[in-house]
Amino acid sequence: MRRRLLLLAPLGAAALAGAGFLAMLRRMRTGRFDPRGVPTMLLGKPVPIFALPGFALPGFASAGFASVDLAGADLAGGRPILLNFFASWCAPCVAENPRLMALHEAGIPLWGIAYKDRPDATAAFLGRHGNPFTRIGRDDAGLTAIDFGVTGVPETFLIDASGVVRWHLSGPLTQEAADEAASMLRQYA
Amino acid sequence: MTRRAVVAALALLLALATPAWAIGDPAERLPDPALEARAAELGGQLRCLVCQNESIEDSGADLARDLRHIVRAHIAAGETDSQIIAWMTARYGDFVRLRPPFNPTTALLWASPFVALLIGGGAAYASRRRAVAPPPPLDAAEQSRLRELLNP
Repeated sequence: MRRRLLLLAPLGAAALAGAGFLAMLRRMRTGRFDPRGVPTMLLGKPVPIFALPGFALPGFASAGFASVDLAGADLAGGRPILLNFFASWCAPCVAENPRLMALHEAGIPLWGIAYKDRPDATAAFLGRHGNPFTRIGRDDAGLTAIDFGVTGVPETFLIDASGVVRWHLSGPLTQEAADEAASMLRQYA
Repeated sequence: MTRRAVVAALALLLALATPAWAIGDPAERLPDPALEARAAELGGQLRCLVCQNESIEDSGADLARDLRHIVRAHIAAGETDSQIIAWMTARYGDFVRLRPPFNPTTALLWASPFVALLIGGGAAYASRRRAVAPPPPLDAAEQSRLRELLNP
């Protein structure tokens, strides 16, 4: 009896560890667990205080969007906004652009922050792929991105009407993520 | 060239070698060596969010360079190490710390060496208890038979 117990104990421990490992793998596959994921500290918190120079795109002024400087306080403007950190040199930003354009065409307010980019390169990028943003700030030094806890472009934040961060995505916007963002936006409208 | 000359040349090279600076660009360093040493020590405890298994002192990533610069700016402004770590964790969470703090989520991690020691100690104790007693010494007849076999 004792011998059998001694034999079964390691087997049981191995089975338990295996089950835990499988559960971890499953959670990694469904995206509920990401060992490399950087936590979003801003969730449920107001956006950091920042003030960025605006970015003027040719044609912006005529469409009613002058080169307006972008400040943290502007994000608490009484309506939810999707804020996207992007750069012309970022390949995943090209990949997610059609989904951002679709959100823009659906009337969702999208603001952009150009991360460590040259204005002419930003203009060329938006001219080539389409501009989904109604307002753009220029984070040339990349310090506002650090205040947002951004680790790399693209990253997208959903900011509610009072300027509190409600949702965040690191990496390119997939179709599922875009749908999720749109439904969250309606929820906070 | 004789072997002795090779050894001497190698020894000379080693003696002349300067310590490997983590930061390639001297312009990044603080002018005060004591403050720079503090910054390097602190930066060594902060994870580069891009490469993830390197500290910001070791990493060549752009973001790591920005964070090194921020660490040095805060140190030059007279902030304490814990203030700077708080600044970093406010943005990137405990994930940014290469040495995680002790809290409910990391309790198992920190306890794992002691748990392993307990399991190993328990196994050693159990196997000792189960060890068979040494056989009794040989009696006179066996002794003489042994001598016979050894000295034919």
